[in-house]
Amino acid sequence: MSSRFLGISAYVWIAIVVGVVVLIGIPLSTDKFTTFEFANVAVYVIALMGLNLLTGYSGQISLGNGAFMAIGGYTTALTAYHLKHSFGIDSPAILYASIPLAALLAGLFGFLFGFPALRLSGIYLALATFALALSIPPIIDIDKLEFILQGHSGVNLHPLHPPDFLALSDEQWLYFVNWAIAGLMFVLAWNLVRSTTGRAFMAVRDSETAAVASGVSLSYYKTLAFGISAAYSGIAGSLLAISVAYVNPDVFGLQLSLALLVAAVIGGLGFEFGPLIGGLFFVWLPYWSEQVSKLHVGTFQLPSKPDVFYGVRYRCLPRAKGGGARRKDRDCAHGRRSRGGVDWRGAERDQQLSSGPGSVQVV
Amino acid sequence: MALLELNEVQASYGSIRALHGVSLKVEEGSIVALLGANGAGKTTTLRAISGMVRASGEIRFAGHDIAGRQPEDVARLGIAHVPSGRGTMTQLTVWENLQMGAYIRRDRDRIKADYERTMRYFPWIRSRKDQVAATLSGGEQQMLAIARALMLNPKLLLLDEPSLGLAPIVIRDIFEIVKAINRDDGTTILVVEQNANLALRAAERAYVLEVGRVTLSGSSAELAGNESIRKSYLGD
Repeated sequence: MSSRFLGISAYVWIAIVVGVVVLIGIPLSTDKFTTFEFANVAVYVIALMGLNLLTGYSGQISLGNGAFMAIGGYTTALTAYHLKHSFGIDSPAILYASIPLAALLAGLFGFLFGFPALRLSGIYLALATFALALSIPPIIDIDKLEFILQGHSGVNLHPLHPPDFLALSDEQWLYFVNWAIAGLMFVLAWNLVRSTTGRAFMAVRDSETAAVASGVSLSYYKTLAFGISAAYSGIAGSLLAISVAYVNPDVFGLQLSLALLVAAVIGGLGFEFGPLIGGLFFVWLPYWSEQVSKLHVGTFQLPSKPDVFYGVRYRCLPRAKGGGARRKDRDCAHGRRSRGGVDWRGAERDQQLSSGPGSVQVV
Repeated sequence: MALLELNEVQASYGSIRALHGVSLKVEEGSIVALLGANGAGKTTTLRAISGMVRASGEIRFAGHDIAGRQPEDVARLGIAHVPSGRGTMTQLTVWENLQMGAYIRRDRDRIKADYERTMRYFPWIRSRKDQVAATLSGGEQQMLAIARALMLNPKLLLLDEPSLGLAPIVIRDIFEIVKAINRDDGTTILVVEQNANLALRAAERAYVLEVGRVTLSGSSAELAGNESIRKSYLGD
């Protein structure tokens, strides 16, 4: 099929239509808990889109995107908190209005962080971003800044309510808000990776020398990628704060950053729909793992450590192919190679996993 | 007048000096070869010209002193660099690679004309525009890298070991294309080669680098007849 509309093939259009129908159907047909969890999926989809742009498209590995989410989350929480307590302004509109502000502040922070990161690549960049993820929660926790940042006790927010004229539950409203923003951010990312800027990101990722030889400024695009990625993360952090109606430093700990990278890889780096897959796993895999760990046959109880199953499941997942799903011939050289060459080592690791319950945690 | 002139150019990687004062001239419309053993500074010389390594000394290109300029500024002046080891963006399609070549240009109409011109040398590319570059053969990738560089419509083309790792028959094709580009478009070419035989046959002049210095230079015919060159680089 070669018919295309807006430069998108018929297959993708079908997938998009089916996806939208499913997305609208979920909150209308499931219970509150499930709806809320799926609302959270949208948050992580946005965060993963940010990480995918940075790591998948511009080739800069980040173990620190949770820190950018922290900035977004705290932008929303502290804006609402201080407006209420210092100025007596208390309106749900503040929460909505704080989302672009979160994007802006986190984006600016990411852009600035991109400068020292310019000198680093590969494992060294990973370590630098790791340090970022490690240091943000304790900074929020500093006693002397408690009057601004509210320290370890965190900040409570009002839960989001739907407007009166809509007969929706809070969860359904939250779901639609989160997914509407996720949809918007998806379209932006979709267009970005097809723009000159997106091509420059990928050129830098594939061959810095060739990119530079073509006149691409490495420093500009690397810092820009950090800025855009952080802006996405900031929105995700802001929506996370709004969804849970609470933030504290632990929400944005190291675990979050690591889990984001794992989910981004699972979804497929450099694949437009990767964040969607990654977001689903991010939210639902821990839940399923917990369900599995509760199973027992007669008196035989499986190890009651959900993390073990979390780990095993991650290991068993097929490795998604990066490099762009729109490549017609993506299965040629690369796909086969990456699918063929991992199994024996994987089996060994699986054994280690099952022999020591609780001792191995993937996330 | 020389299109490119290097005067006592020095360059270092950290504390290690790679170029100890390289001087050379490339006349407009000519092919010049840069010969030498591994580590002699051939690649560094090209990188110094295109601004990828910080260089001191004088590098004059078409009347500008370009020493120490940013790579994107140098590219804008019309110097296209084909790095060694295939300068392709492997996960991008062939077409996207070509678009990257014209990345800094804003003259859309001319880009189209340059695309048509480039396709004269690489007609096979037309039918394979949507293929991911990683799935091309080594020779095709090298040709794509050259095609990408031509999309800049360069005055000067820097080729870093275009023969690296390729089959002899493919190497011959590539050098025929390089000669055609020079002959038909008048593009000036500075080519780094380990394969001195090949390079001397294509080039009018050549410079021999040894540990960061030019030790010999002359017309290709002179150098091909030079005793020490024959011993060191031509395998006699």
